[in-house]
Amino acid sequence: MKPAAFSYHRPETISDALALLAEHGDVGKIIAGGQSLVPSMNFRLARPETLIDMNAIAEIAGIEDRGDTLVIGAMTRHAAFHTPVCDGPTGAMLTRVVGNIAHYPIRQRGTFGGSLCHADPASEWCLVAATFDAAMEIHGQDGMREVGAADFFKGTFTTAVGGDELLARIHLPKLPEGWGTGFYEFSRRRGDFALAMAVAALKVEGGKIADARLGVGAVAAHGLRLETLEQALTGQPATEETIAEVAAQVPGLVKPSGDIHGSAEYRRDLAQAVVRRALNAALADCAVPA
Amino acid sequence: MTWVGRTLPRLEDPTLLKGGGRFTADLKAGAWAVKFVRSPEAAGTIVEVERPDEGIVFTAEDLDAAGVGSIQAVLDRPDYRRVPHPVLARDRVVFAGQAVALVVAPTEAEAEDLAEQVFVDIDTEDAVTSIEAALAEGARDVHPEAPGNVMVEGVMRTPGVDAAFDAAACVVELDLSSARQSAMPMETRGGVADYDPATGRVTLYASVQMPHMLRTGLADVLGIDEGDLRVVAPDVGGGFGQKMSLFPEYVALVWTAFRLRRKVAWIEDRRENFLSASHARDQQFTVRGAFDAEGRLLAVDADLRSNVGAFSCYPVTCGVEPLMAFAELPGPYDFAEYGVRSRGVTTNLSMMAPYRGVARPMLTLSMEQLMDAAAEKLDLDPVEIRRRNLITSFPHTSPTGLVYDEASYLEAMEAAVTSADIPGFRERQAAALAEGRYLGLGLSVFSERTGYGTPAFAARKMQIVPGYETVDCEMGPSGQVTLRIGASPHGQGLKTALAQLLADQLGVAPERIRVISGDTDASPYGWGTFASRSMVISGGASKIASGQLADKLRAIAGVLLEVDPSGVELKDGLALATGTNKSLSIAEVARAAHHQSHRFEGMAPGLKEQAFYDPSGTFSNAAHVCEVELDPETCGVRITRFLVVEDAGRLINPMIVDGQIAGGVAQGIATALYEELVFDEFGTMLTTSLADYLPPTAAEIPDIEIIHMETISPQTVTEAKGVGEGGTIGAPAAVLSALNDALRPFGTRITSMPATPDRIAAALRAARTAAAEAEA
Amino acid sequence: MTETTTVTFTLNGEERSLTLEPRQNLADTIRDTCGLTGTHVGCEHGVCGACTVLMDGKAVRSCLTFAVQAQGAEIETVESLADGDTLHPLQQAFWELHGLQCGFCTPGFLMLAAGALRENPDMSDDEMRDLLSSNLCRCTGYQNIVKAARQAAEVMRGERAEA
Ligand SMILES: Cc1cc2nc3c(=O)[nH]c(=O)nc-3n(C[C@H](O)[C@H](O)[C@H](O)COP(=O)(O)OP(=O)(O)OC[C@H]3O[C@@H](n4cnc5c(N)ncnc54)[C@H](O)[C@@H]3O)c2cc1C
Ligand code: FES
Ligand code: FES
Repeated sequence: MKPAAFSYHRPETISDALALLAEHGDVGKIIAGGQSLVPSMNFRLARPETLIDMNAIAEIAGIEDRGDTLVIGAMTRHAAFHTPVCDGPTGAMLTRVVGNIAHYPIRQRGTFGGSLCHADPASEWCLVAATFDAAMEIHGQDGMREVGAADFFKGTFTTAVGGDELLARIHLPKLPEGWGTGFYEFSRRRGDFALAMAVAALKVEGGKIADARLGVGAVAAHGLRLETLEQALTGQPATEETIAEVAAQVPGLVKPSGDIHGSAEYRRDLAQAVVRRALNAALADCAVPA
Repeated sequence: MTWVGRTLPRLEDPTLLKGGGRFTADLKAGAWAVKFVRSPEAAGTIVEVERPDEGIVFTAEDLDAAGVGSIQAVLDRPDYRRVPHPVLARDRVVFAGQAVALVVAPTEAEAEDLAEQVFVDIDTEDAVTSIEAALAEGARDVHPEAPGNVMVEGVMRTPGVDAAFDAAACVVELDLSSARQSAMPMETRGGVADYDPATGRVTLYASVQMPHMLRTGLADVLGIDEGDLRVVAPDVGGGFGQKMSLFPEYVALVWTAFRLRRKVAWIEDRRENFLSASHARDQQFTVRGAFDAEGRLLAVDADLRSNVGAFSCYPVTCGVEPLMAFAELPGPYDFAEYGVRSRGVTTNLSMMAPYRGVARPMLTLSMEQLMDAAAEKLDLDPVEIRRRNLITSFPHTSPTGLVYDEASYLEAMEAAVTSADIPGFRERQAAALAEGRYLGLGLSVFSERTGYGTPAFAARKMQIVPGYETVDCEMGPSGQVTLRIGASPHGQGLKTALAQLLADQLGVAPERIRVISGDTDASPYGWGTFASRSMVISGGASKIASGQLADKLRAIAGVLLEVDPSGVELKDGLALATGTNKSLSIAEVARAAHHQSHRFEGMAPGLKEQAFYDPSGTFSNAAHVCEVELDPETCGVRITRFLVVEDAGRLINPMIVDGQIAGGVAQGIATALYEELVFDEFGTMLTTSLADYLPPTAAEIPDIEIIHMETISPQTVTEAKGVGEGGTIGAPAAVLSALNDALRPFGTRITSMPATPDRIAAALRAARTAAAEAEA
Repeated sequence: MTETTTVTFTLNGEERSLTLEPRQNLADTIRDTCGLTGTHVGCEHGVCGACTVLMDGKAVRSCLTFAVQAQGAEIETVESLADGDTLHPLQQAFWELHGLQCGFCTPGFLMLAAGALRENPDMSDDEMRDLLSSNLCRCTGYQNIVKAARQAAEVMRGERAEA
């Protein structure tokens, strides 16, 4: 399981990287953390002739807190989220989520941007980006464009990033103080890709759900924000009964495909369970005094 | 205080901990890489093998031209179908992953580049992959030699089976199955074959469990003298049975070294290991039990089918699963009437070979599920029904004629049940149920036949009859001890345990004892390490040989100290004349034995003894208790407690025994809940990575509580019984029994392993549908 | 051989300048090019963890990093843990508590725990079990690995407190 031969470049700026991408066209490929790309190269499922390594591009590593938005450099490692990257509900939520991504050593190398570009249907970061409507900052020869999550994820392993473009930053809107968040995932073994997962955020006022964010992952081509259910929750009593009723609609909204780890039927039912549990966790989180 | 019985940290460990172990791949410096080109198809005729213009490529044609034969695994039974196993596929392929050609290049990456340029054109046929498909009316024959796709079949029926079923108060029938698995050692297979121009010999360093046997097999297939070949098993990263057999890859590798007259290495990758190394389990058992009104088992009638894959493994043959199932199904239970038909079914999948436990995880599951099902029907406590059926007097002869030595089936179960506090559990279970949580408790009781010598293997009609072990035990002039064994340990800590055994006999510290194994040039002919045999058999031979050596030391010391040998004690590095203050160091005695031999009349010079041991076998036994919590929504199963009461006779090193049990239980849990090789309808494997084939991690395996009992049997000279497989044998039955206990409120049960969330969800859906229909 | 390139990094404190194919991964480079065979290879797709080493102090899978990417990095392998015959507390605990059988997975587990404890010496028992679920072992059933790593963490905390 040794990869096919390739040549290697290690640009230090976005513009150098873009120049290399332009030069190598279809046979060039970006390597970020390598935690998805290298396994598929070792199996010779991916065989780029040129690798363009992003690891030396300092300008896209690290996180900037702009108050209402987190700007996450594409090369930010998963491990950066092991402790909250900002105060408030979003920082706490990202820490809760990150522990479910693969394993510790993989999180030391794997990157936020790499996860989004790889666009695995069971990627936790893709689910977060979809649910909280992140905007992706894509750079190309012709400059920069921002693409919202709804347009960024095109399908299983496909995104809006073109072959001669790169993802530089992710702009993640932060939840204001007062929201509670919850995440629930079920996988066969610790660290495996989820069979189904859900992320939820709730704002409760006067015993009622005032606002909601809800997404479910691993049961469709990419993470799905469930806006109809967000609306169904809003205005209802902030109780587990409300949540159970709303979650019961999930099987009607997802069309998972079956694979060796679970049939479509199983995953549809599972989606309901993870959504309810994520919402319940978010509700409990609301009750915790800040 | 004796060394035997002590928890001595292992002598093997410091080197391994410092990264100084020498595994096969560590020895490949300077070797060219060999890569196999494998069939992408499960069945078909080879139309053509297209070679690239450049590069070293060999196919069956080259092997045939050189007179290389096929691997022939033979059972002398009329029902056995002999199918030769070609080293490289000749005109047909019979499983996806079968080696068709090999390439050689300076590096592994370049070898892979070259292998990609070899095109195998196959005219495909429909693949036969499952037991059902292979046995179906009109199924295509996988091999012309095995019409009906049955490779081996054992049948017996005691005269009273039908009468017992007629008279029974309660009959239970179960269909149970276990998925195809891989033994999945962390180190894959691999070999480094080094040609020595000075001697014209090849040394094969390989990750194997049976180096001597491998050499015999290699020499036979290659048509060379065994003397031209040396096989060394260096440090081996786990085997669990997968490294017992002679694989075609090793034949091809050694042949390539001779042919090219250079060092070549084949280090299997993980995908290849899944595809082409041997598989395991994949059994379907239909078992019926006849019970009287008191729950006493009167008869068992069984139809046992094992998917042995495309070939018969050498040397133990594809009879190993079906014939063990045939002989050992009765397990620890006392009943007289037994009917059985046990078939080894051939299919277009990689061959089945032994994997830790062999047939016994399924046998145990069968008997334990029969007990649970009958208890439920008869409204008996599951513990009580076992009490009424376990063997309690010894020696006991089973319906298949196996003689069981002293063991503690009932006592071990009672100890397990007491520690598990079943009444307390039932209270917790009821309280949990009231909150909508589903707990379950399961029990398994079993026997583990271990340490059996030639008689047991001969009974299977194997042409090659393994079983005995020989050791050479030698003390050098400075008192250093060397023990050369034919067993070939690979993680079991055997060297430490044997050193403890010898230390007591010879009065020297274990650190002074070197155990040499796994090198056909340096260790006596033997059968390697498998079937929980090494401590019993190699240990037995070591105890006898070191006893002889101790006698000689005492005789020599007697002369030197001028006392009767019977008055000499060997202890703490000294030969002491008891009752006097006279003593010599053992090193002084050893030096005299070598350098003053003229003084010891009637004795051969030096200190070297050989002994062999070929026991009839012994049964260790255990009871497992498992508690689970089932999440009926995610259908995840969490093991919340696992308790083992093990009786393995004398414990030479309790820490090592516990390690064997814990590791075995983890593999048993894997069988019950996680691991499954999955194939599509074309026989293509869908689980070729560790992200798809799912060995459990530290997060899934609970801490395992272990309680020991020590029944001493006269059937083993070390008083130790084998313990290598018990965990794997008993755990699946305990886990499934616990899961089925948790499923009881839903009115359904799981009978297929692994009990994946998907299977559990399907069972729950079916139960809900059935309940809804019943209501309507 | 196809196109080669040069890379320089330190391996267990010693600088190495190597000429190799970009496709050569760090695990093979440490083992075959540098001759330190304590780092093992069990899957080459990131799941088993037998190849775990420290790269700039962090535990990573060396099968999923190309050696050329280690330019300027500090690499530490299992061979760096012991000080002569004095075992590292992790090695000592694995020895005493029988945390290994065949020993093939062991270097990976040791480096995993060594890296994580450097980052967080105060790991709780639960965090430790979760961490250790990163790697696979086929022999031990894990419980002695978990015990050993917890004991070593305790010993290392004691040593720190003394220092
Ligand atoms: C054993 C194992 C378990 C895993 N489990 C999970 C899991 O549970 N959940 C999960 O989400 N992930 C999991 N992963 C994947 C891991 O999170 C990866 O790190 C991630 O998917 C990809 O990030 P990367 O930085 O490693 O990207 P790479 O592997 O380097 O790249 C992935 C793809 O994205 C492209 N790419 C990367 N960065 C950019 C960029 N900035 N611009 C344009 N294209 C880019 C690459 O060209 C490549 O096609 C697992 C991986 C392993 C090995
Ligand atoms: S070899 Fe790197 S994780 Fe398995
Ligand atoms: S000790 Fe053998 S794999 Fe862990």
